[in-house]
Amino acid sequence: MNTEKKTMRDVFIERIYTRMLDDDTIFFLSADFGSPKLDRLRKDYSDRFINVGIAEQNLINVATGLALEGFTVYAYAIAPFLTMRAYEQIRNNLSLLSRTHDINVNLIGVGAGLSYDVSGPTHHCIEDISIIRTLPNITIFSPSDWVLAEKFVDYSIENKRPKYLRFDSKPLPDIYGDKKTINLEKGFFELAEGNEICLVTTGYMVHTALSAVNTLAEDGVNIGLIDMFLLKPFNSDHLFEKLSKYKYIIAIEEAFIGKGGLDSIISDILSNKESNIKLKKMGFSDNYVFDIGSREHLHKLNNMDKEGIIKNIKDTLKKY
Amino acid sequence: MHESHINIQFLTDKALWVRKETLNIHRIAQDTRLASSLSPVEIFVVLCYGKIICFDPKNPRWKDRDRFIISKGHGSVSLYPILADLGFFEKEELKKVCKEGSFLGGIPDTMIPGYETINGSLGHGLGVACGISIALKRKNKKEKVFVLLGDGELFEGAVWEAIMFAGEHKLDNLILIIDNNKICMLDYCKNIIDLEPLEEKFKPYKWRVERVNGHEVSQLYASLLNLKEDKGNRPKLLIADTIKGKGVPILETDPLSHVKNIKAEEIDRVIEELK
Repeated sequence: MNTEKKTMRDVFIERIYTRMLDDDTIFFLSADFGSPKLDRLRKDYSDRFINVGIAEQNLINVATGLALEGFTVYAYAIAPFLTMRAYEQIRNNLSLLSRTHDINVNLIGVGAGLSYDVSGPTHHCIEDISIIRTLPNITIFSPSDWVLAEKFVDYSIENKRPKYLRFDSKPLPDIYGDKKTINLEKGFFELAEGNEICLVTTGYMVHTALSAVNTLAEDGVNIGLIDMFLLKPFNSDHLFEKLSKYKYIIAIEEAFIGKGGLDSIISDILSNKESNIKLKKMGFSDNYVFDIGSREHLHKLNNMDKEGIIKNIKDTLKKY
Repeated sequence: MHESHINIQFLTDKALWVRKETLNIHRIAQDTRLASSLSPVEIFVVLCYGKIICFDPKNPRWKDRDRFIISKGHGSVSLYPILADLGFFEKEELKKVCKEGSFLGGIPDTMIPGYETINGSLGHGLGVACGISIALKRKNKKEKVFVLLGDGELFEGAVWEAIMFAGEHKLDNLILIIDNNKICMLDYCKNIIDLEPLEEKFKPYKWRVERVNGHEVSQLYASLLNLKEDKGNRPKLLIADTIKGKGVPILETDPLSHVKNIKAEEIDRVIEELK
């Protein structure tokens, strides 16, 4: 693994910049939100960059109007404000309208999970998967590293439907730098194969889970790990094929437990397949996180840091 | 005078016919919002029959059409007979409004040829129209973007995000019409938050504003034509002062007319009394 840390947004925006060179049908809209790499884009493509101001509702409405006329649009804002302030705009003008029109609006939400750890609960984004997932026609992309994020740019231009891209705000090392072929449409990647237990996770938590899996492997305990980077749509038959060899699945996410997020996605698959595989869920209980501290500290308080994951795995193994 | 180019009597007669047809729809579809659909009748008639808006009924998504975003969708059932009359769909469809299998519901959506956007929740249309406006300008296209809002819709915050945006970006191909019927669902707007003087709310955001009697087709026609041909680099607003429930006395005087129905057996009498 290459250990160079990069933010998903900077890599993504750099690739968009390159595509904008040859494709003058791409617009980039921001709700007064920036990034070091965005400065070049908004200077060099000032005729196709619009800062709508701190106005997420109008961000999505203006994006919709441009998309109705055939433009590919990126709408960029802080994730909880993008998805929750402007939820009805997403529902009516992206989800509903895409039933009758090609709407290529790509919502880029930065700050998935507890990315903005010390900014507190207004900036945490732990409801987005469940609330966007319930809307028909919207693709949800939840990458774990910048390699995936970069790959998604070309996919987002070619696939003319609304999408929600949930990016971590922190610079993170890559996971997929040495992997030649990644099938984005399959929706997931099996990072490790194990025996009894498989962890299924998304976004930032893939890094924590991978670290736990690697530590246990050193002790001879092999745990499976699946990275769900496309939460909707994805190939559920292929995923179940991978899951079916395990006795336990542990779903790990920076989201409320059992409220329609990743754990609910897995639960639905197991239920639809009438599977006997047990599902354990790791995430936040039915309370917002008001504690102050680093992301790792907040994870520790909620038993979802690396040690918490390892303990959960060991407890599960003791059961049989 | 522009008026000499158009037959004002023809438009006046059309408006009367549209009111009758709207009442006929309400006879079979009691869930339609009648009072709200009667106030913008002359606006629809002048735009559609006065050739203010360019369109092709046989090709509703014709690329060179003017765009018409009807943000107060619930109050546009009176557009159904116009769209049928112009050939967007068969007139027979008007007998099926709100019936099983019909594409004409109580609140229109994009399943209906001629409707550009999703309606039903207020405050979305102007922002979407801003995006369309920028897109047309980017492509150097001459078509205009017309938007119809209700005055009560101005209470939605997202509308003001779009009002500020349109003025700042000099969206001069954008023509907003406010159907200023002065009544919301529960009360007169002025008793909720007084919006007057409405002109003064827009001017600081760099809009050109005109105001007419929204039931006088000659005034509407002259003003809309002026605004369409205006070369100034500002978005345009036409405040059309209207009466909610126009033509039906029992609705015109009732601040709760929004949810008031006229029973099917009373429709013939009401049609006879239309002025």
